[in-house]
Amino acid sequence: MLRIFVLLLALVALPLRAEEIVAGLSQEHVDITTNFDGSEILVYGAVKRDAPLPAGDLDIIIAVSGPSSPLTVRRKDKRFGIWVNTESVELGSAPSFYAVATTRPLDDILSPEQDQTHRISVEQMIRSVGVEAPREDIRDALIRIRAKGDLYQELENTISISEDTLFRTDIALPANLTEGTYHTRMFILRDKQVVAQTDTVIDVRKVGLERFLYNLAHDLPLVYGLLSLFIAVAAGWGASTIFRYIK
Amino acid sequence: MQIYLPIAEVSVNAFLLLGLGGAVGILSGMFGVGGGFLMTPLLFFIGIPPAVAVATEANQIVASSFSGVLAHVKRKNVDFKMGTVLMVGGLIGAAIGVRIFNLLKSLGQVDLLVTLSYVVFLGIVGGLMFWESIRAMRRSQSGAPVAKRRHHNWVHNLPFKMKFRQSHLYISAIPPLLVGIFVGVLAAIMGVGGGFVMVPAMIYILGMPTKVVVGTSLFQIIFVTAFTTLLHATTNYTVDMVLAVLLLIGGVVGAQIGTRIGVYLKAEQLRILLALMVLAVCGKLALDLLLQPSELYSIGAEAGH
Repeated sequence: MLRIFVLLLALVALPLRAEEIVAGLSQEHVDITTNFDGSEILVYGAVKRDAPLPAGDLDIIIAVSGPSSPLTVRRKDKRFGIWVNTESVELGSAPSFYAVATTRPLDDILSPEQDQTHRISVEQMIRSVGVEAPREDIRDALIRIRAKGDLYQELENTISISEDTLFRTDIALPANLTEGTYHTRMFILRDKQVVAQTDTVIDVRKVGLERFLYNLAHDLPLVYGLLSLFIAVAAGWGASTIFRYIK
Repeated sequence: MQIYLPIAEVSVNAFLLLGLGGAVGILSGMFGVGGGFLMTPLLFFIGIPPAVAVATEANQIVASSFSGVLAHVKRKNVDFKMGTVLMVGGLIGAAIGVRIFNLLKSLGQVDLLVTLSYVVFLGIVGGLMFWESIRAMRRSQSGAPVAKRRHHNWVHNLPFKMKFRQSHLYISAIPPLLVGIFVGVLAAIMGVGGGFVMVPAMIYILGMPTKVVVGTSLFQIIFVTAFTTLLHATTNYTVDMVLAVLLLIGGVVGAQIGTRIGVYLKAEQLRILLALMVLAVCGKLALDLLLQPSELYSIGAEAGH
């Protein structure tokens, strides 16, 4: 009896597993070197099928998110003739970087319920401190400011699919990148529903001199501070000496 | 050439930083001001996080002031005794200032108070210097004898008198100590060396000759900003060494050039130029407060106050 039940369950589950994603990245880690000026990552993949091609449109969403942290958004108002911060709203968490690439406009291929479940749109990635959704004006301001610095990107219609199987897109990581693990999620959608998902990570790390200075500043702050002062005094003395010889 | 700053975590053009350092360094050498009141807002403007800008700027001022002071030492324009008294006051003031800064931070309105203190102090200092310089120039132009500054005011009736040979002064140690403390407090709160307050205070309150004012101001700024740098490096980890090196390469070279330019300018001209510059920065900051900003919202680095 049990065996038949399991078999039935497997049969029911089979159509859902009919399509899977095989994913790849052009690089699995980004090294922040001294002359780091942003990086472009090629995200590609293929849809693997055990069953014949289902009916309906195939859509892909690729979302890359940087490390999240809590932050405060402040609002200015005019008080006593000058513009001052009058209000501050704390947000529970927001990604430092977020890019969503899609095959078609996001609203056309993803239902709001599915968006809420899988937290795909940037609005869904920003969480308030409590249970309630963050205030709309605050959330929009955060998205607006971060979008200006290319930290939040909506890349609609940028994924190209060929033969209903292969897809690819380029994600540009800006120069002012924060260190950490960048999660890359890929979704297959049919009829506005997510039918398959896969996750990979990109490791963004400071290397070389950047790594050394960052560690020194945090592990041995006094040494770091004294070294900074030493460099400053040496540079001041050096310039003075050189100029004396020039004269 | 783009360069990634390890502590600030932003990528900026290295030549832009060298240029900024150089330009501010020239002014620093000319006027004996650290240049922090110009550089710190400029760094905000190119996208350096404010906490990193303030801390790193302190480190950079050490370099440009050191470079500048050597040139003044050579011409015997530094009153070391006066500088030491001012410095002792400055260190006490900086320690108090950091306490006040942290208190304001916990109250949540630190940005406004920093900007307001910039506007108020730059306005007062710039206005007074400008007015005084115009009067001095008028007098010398009309050929009338220049009225000698009254050297016997309340400053001379206090105890603990000390002889400051370089400054040709025999006054109490209390006024310079108080000036040092006051400037130290301002320096820590505003993230600057404090030269723009120190220089006029030395001329108008202490009655020091203009000749030694610049060198002596630079001398004491070195110690106060070095102390501030260490405080920031050990408590907030916000000193960016790469940013500092780029700024100070431009800064030390600029300071050398500036000191040489300063020699060819008359004291009145020097003062009127500094006054105009101080007023310009003051006006810009005042406009920022008065005009509606294009973006009403801003993102704080972290949650909490």
